[in-house]
Amino acid sequence: MRVRGPRRADNEGNRNNMANNGTYNYTVVRQFAVMTVIWGIVGMLVGVIIAAQFIWPDLTYGVPWLSFGRLRPLHTNAVIFAFGGSALFATSYYVVQRTCNVRLFSDGLAAFTFWGWQLVIVLAAITLPLGITTSKEYAELEWPIDVLITLVWVAYAVVFFGTLWKRKTSHIYVANWFFGGFILTVAILHLVNSAAVPVTFWKSYSAYAGAQDAMVQWWYGHNAVGFFLTAGFLGMMYYFVPKQAGRPIYSYRLSVVHFWALIFTYMWAGPHHLHYTALPDWTQSLGMIFSLILLAPSWGGMINGIMTLSGAWYKLREDPILKFLIVSLSFYGMSTFEGPMMSIKTVNALSHYTDWTIGHVHSGALGWVGMISIGSIYYLLPRLFGQTQMASMRLVTLHFWVATIGIVLYIAAMWIAGVTQGLMWRAVNPDGTLTYTFVESTKASMPFYYIRLLGGTLYLTGMLLMLVNMIKTIAGHKAVDAPIPAITPAHA
Amino acid sequence: MGDFTSGFWEIYISVLTIVSILACAVFLKSQTRAPVPGKVGTTGHVWDEDLAEWNNPLPNWWRWLFYITIVFSLVYVVLYPGLGIFRGVLGWTQVGQYEQEQKRAEAAYGPIYAKYAGMEIEQVAADPAAMAIGQNLYLNYCAQCHASDARGSKGFPNLADGDWLWGGDPKQIKETILAGRNGVMPPFGAALGAEGTKDVAHFVLSLSGAPSDSIRVARGKDKFMQTCAACHGPEGKGNQALGAPNLTDKVWLHGTGEGAIIETINQGRNNVMPAWKEFLGEQKIHVLTAYIWGLSNKSGAK
Repeated sequence: MRVRGPRRADNEGNRNNMANNGTYNYTVVRQFAVMTVIWGIVGMLVGVIIAAQFIWPDLTYGVPWLSFGRLRPLHTNAVIFAFGGSALFATSYYVVQRTCNVRLFSDGLAAFTFWGWQLVIVLAAITLPLGITTSKEYAELEWPIDVLITLVWVAYAVVFFGTLWKRKTSHIYVANWFFGGFILTVAILHLVNSAAVPVTFWKSYSAYAGAQDAMVQWWYGHNAVGFFLTAGFLGMMYYFVPKQAGRPIYSYRLSVVHFWALIFTYMWAGPHHLHYTALPDWTQSLGMIFSLILLAPSWGGMINGIMTLSGAWYKLREDPILKFLIVSLSFYGMSTFEGPMMSIKTVNALSHYTDWTIGHVHSGALGWVGMISIGSIYYLLPRLFGQTQMASMRLVTLHFWVATIGIVLYIAAMWIAGVTQGLMWRAVNPDGTLTYTFVESTKASMPFYYIRLLGGTLYLTGMLLMLVNMIKTIAGHKAVDAPIPAITPAHA
Repeated sequence: MGDFTSGFWEIYISVLTIVSILACAVFLKSQTRAPVPGKVGTTGHVWDEDLAEWNNPLPNWWRWLFYITIVFSLVYVVLYPGLGIFRGVLGWTQVGQYEQEQKRAEAAYGPIYAKYAGMEIEQVAADPAAMAIGQNLYLNYCAQCHASDARGSKGFPNLADGDWLWGGDPKQIKETILAGRNGVMPPFGAALGAEGTKDVAHFVLSLSGAPSDSIRVARGKDKFMQTCAACHGPEGKGNQALGAPNLTDKVWLHGTGEGAIIETINQGRNNVMPAWKEFLGEQKIHVLTAYIWGLSNKSGAK
């Protein structure tokens, strides 16, 4: 990769040396990349605090805005939309420019998406602790913030698809299919699920009621997993894995099949969150079978990523960034096997409402989403500041091991706690009474809550190492915008 | 069944589902290519200097995994409800499963409770097996409010001290559990005024021999007779028919001392115990009653 001076000088350099193609817009990529690390630390810190509240319920001295009920949505919003969202913005803007050989469609709109998204996050961080919430899971933000999200998202779509539109390459690279699918679908999900009747500025009521409301909520909820936390991050995977491995994608055919199959089947899977509820039987069945069909399309992405390394496995030994990327795919494969399994009604009857669900979510969130983002940001940061690699690759390696051990501790603890809870809740004495009271299952879970806290703390520690490394990498270096190379005939 | 506003949607769902599942299979089949012998090349496209794609075919084991889930799904919607109006050949419903499990439980456990239902509460309380059941029921359904040692907490009555708001004989305890109770004391702060409230509070304190201001006690007595005696009685000994507490003993549901009593007079109290008849059924409540009664009637449980 060519490294040049600051942007202005760079432009002049281009005029002299190259066919005056200008530079890529790295400003917005840099902003989002840096904020990915910052919001990651904030979101995970809140996670560690609420994990500690399981052990010391009075940890925050009964202050209402620091209570579990308010911090929990803050944690989920911060890690999904602030950390994950920033990572998606940063990487999608970077990838779409470089694979289309053009600068972003609009610098102004791109800047608007950055500042608008940061405002959304800050508003979330203020309103959620105050108890201002729609109480819809993963869509807690009240309607004025929802309107702002809509504006930012429309601008995002214009920038992304506008860039695709004016691309210099004839074919659209696979990573952009996934980013595009993610942007379009999240727009639909957000608009439909957030439909509400405002009562005051900070209070609204859902446009749906009863079982329909629950159905819309989990259609949204599971597709937030499917498109925000999966399709978008697969877009990341399709760029950074082959780049870091220096190998072509394993199979074009596989990417076609698993892309269409994934985005088609995910849409149906939501009802598996509502097994054995007021949802009609047939709806629950459809949610379950499409969740099972989803297994192969999900694994298609994992195979395509991991097999990209075939012939270059040795690189895993010395390259910690590749370690992050490949291990994230392993966790992706694991949680997309676990998910269909948990959607089977008989398994769900045991796992539902237990900490197994929390374990499953975190194997996806810490393992897949977290690690693929961390790996990608480690790839990006030096390139955005005119360097070839992070200030300390040993620190990256340390981060990898700390994070991996943290995840394993976290999810193993939640599996054991969850299965224990499920079995204790259903145990019945010969006289028909319940063998265990609820509090006994809580007591049995306590050792695992300690292990979970330890795992989460390790993962957060890893993020702090990343922050140190980021500061060391950026300090004393100027921001660099790469020139857009003239397209060669070999390009698509 | 009333899942839809018109029959059209039943058909819509069925057709859409079957077409969608089959479309996965057709799509998968259409994208399957026989492996070309020799070295696999790339598609020929390059992005961002070096990004390319191999022309590898779909892995066979992966294709078969995909097909198996599709076949499983088709079989599943034949057996189980999934296609709107078609309920599946097994006739399974979640309500049906629930009722079946209830019936099985009733057959297995019913006789145990039927046996105790024919016995007097005092006899049941003397039966160790019944008391083991009673304790399990208590810990699962009552301990959340009344605490695992049945000694209650502020606002939640102690069940082991022999003092009863609504009466402590077996029949009354059973009635409390079956139908629930709602103990209401209206707020009197506005009617009595700040000074009046304080005077009444001191009179109430004096009833149980707690330290009190004798001048206020004297002033508070008349107000107590006018305002409080209707429920708590002229001697302050309470009235179990109304759930009005005895104010002359040392048991204080909402705390004692001048502050707590003034708070009670000012704000009133509204204590609710839910009814359990629908949830537990009368026979289980019979055993539970014996357990609760036994807590304060150790000698009675022979």
